[in-house]
Amino acid sequence: MNAVLALPAAASDDWWQRLFSFENYGELLALVHNSVIAGAVLGLVGGLVGVFVMQRDLAFAVHGISELSFAGAAAALLFGIDVVLGSVLGSVIAAVLIGVLGTRARDRNSIIGVLMPFGLGLGVLFLSLYPGRAANKFGLLTGQIVAVDDTRLSLLVLLSAVVVAGLLIIWRPLTFASIDPDVAAARGVPTRALSFTFMLLLGLAVALAVQVVGALLVLSLLITPAAAASRISASPVGVPLLSVLFAVTSAVGGILLALGGNVPISPYVTTVSFVIYLVCRLVGNARTRRGWTRRGALAAARS
Amino acid sequence: MTEHAPLELRDASLSYGERTVWSDLDLTLHPGDFLTVLGPNGSGKTSLLRAVLGLQPLSGGTLSILGRPARRGSKDVGYIPQQRLIDPATPVRARDLVRMGIDGDRWGPGRHSHRERVDELLAAVGASSYADVPLGMLSGGEQQRVRIAQALGTRPGILLCDEPLLSLDLRHQHEVTALIHETRRATGTAVVFVTHEINPVLPWTDRVLYLAPAGHAIGTPDEVLTSANLTSLYGTPVEVLHSQGRVLIVGGDEHTHHVDEAGE
Repeated sequence: MNAVLALPAAASDDWWQRLFSFENYGELLALVHNSVIAGAVLGLVGGLVGVFVMQRDLAFAVHGISELSFAGAAAALLFGIDVVLGSVLGSVIAAVLIGVLGTRARDRNSIIGVLMPFGLGLGVLFLSLYPGRAANKFGLLTGQIVAVDDTRLSLLVLLSAVVVAGLLIIWRPLTFASIDPDVAAARGVPTRALSFTFMLLLGLAVALAVQVVGALLVLSLLITPAAAASRISASPVGVPLLSVLFAVTSAVGGILLALGGNVPISPYVTTVSFVIYLVCRLVGNARTRRGWTRRGALAAARS
Repeated sequence: MTEHAPLELRDASLSYGERTVWSDLDLTLHPGDFLTVLGPNGSGKTSLLRAVLGLQPLSGGTLSILGRPARRGSKDVGYIPQQRLIDPATPVRARDLVRMGIDGDRWGPGRHSHRERVDELLAAVGASSYADVPLGMLSGGEQQRVRIAQALGTRPGILLCDEPLLSLDLRHQHEVTALIHETRRATGTAVVFVTHEINPVLPWTDRVLYLAPAGHAIGTPDEVLTSANLTSLYGTPVEVLHSQGRVLIVGGDEHTHHVDEAGE
């Protein structure tokens, strides 16, 4: 990205060059080696978390958390602490607030609606006060690929491992509580504690995604892949696997495409994930029209 | 196992603060019994189910399930909730819902798919042909069949049905109640069926528990559902009419609509 930036800013008709240029691709690839790993790890986390975000109807919460994560990161930038730490703090606080205050869907949405602009406003304030480079600022909102050094990569991988391990432990009861809350509660599943735990894991996952795609576009890694997967599968194994596959493809594919261009990474990631969603939607519609799977003659007659 | 009753209430009472919902409740269910619980809103039908599920402690007396005190998450109790259509976009198949009834409360992602057991349960309720269809694409009656299979996953000694007929049409109401009746015959599970509407379950009901503002009554439908009986339970005139094998209860409910069930 920086190498391309160093080229003379040419005439206005070379925007294609700015989007896709694969000169010196090999050298660039070596530079962003860490980012590609980070992208793959985030794909794994986003794909898994997204399955539950869909089941629990938390898309708006993801967006709200990401804005507070952005505020936390901006504050960290201003006060000179680690940006990942700042964004983790911001999103965990947001997730806890949403988890505590919004147990019912309607409450939850209004609380998110209240928190989100406040978070974004704080973030804008911190960024305006920050005297450093503008690229750092913009990166928090729209993603950056060259900023992942070895220390930060280890932190990202560590946090991802925490989220994935946490999800695996609560996988079955969380699925039960998300899909069938009444029966789950009757069977003694601690639905409230699970809901709260999931909000914490979601907060961490959002903070991680902000590092790569930026606060504005977190949904492209946390919702779109899972939404695409659930259009074409209803299997408890198939949906998470496909969702992870789509998220990793979007994140890594987006980074690799962005390498050749001179614009932020997020348009590439969001476009890849959107195209995957479109394809899945078309396939899913065709399958639904055919009745998903063949039913026995008896059932067809009864319905 | 048969030496202990699936459900036994002794001198049981339940109150929320000052307000007593029901008291002096004595009831013993035997394997295969079909108990229908009737009563107006706020008379404590849901509280009774919550007490059996171990989610609501009694304020007096005892409640035991197969000889043991009620406890949260007991595998001896199966639960069929109110009919609530699952969002069509939710990626869950009929067989996944049934599997949750077997091991959905356990930690970890789960290694066994329990495929044979799930197939067996689905076959028992006649839902095999749509085992792999997403739940949201099934009709209300089909969803309730799957729910019955789910509730039977742990081979419970007692099956709680919480208004499972709401929003079903008459034909599906009949299918679902008949299936629950066949199930208790086949598995020996006792049934506690909470409903607003007695007629769909009247053919299968062994005993009625009528919860009302001024007390409760237990007995066969003919014993409990009389004008004199319900008039004294409600404290206002109530008339019970019999017409073509159906029971119509006139009056009573209007006077109790304002009673809210606390703690819900």
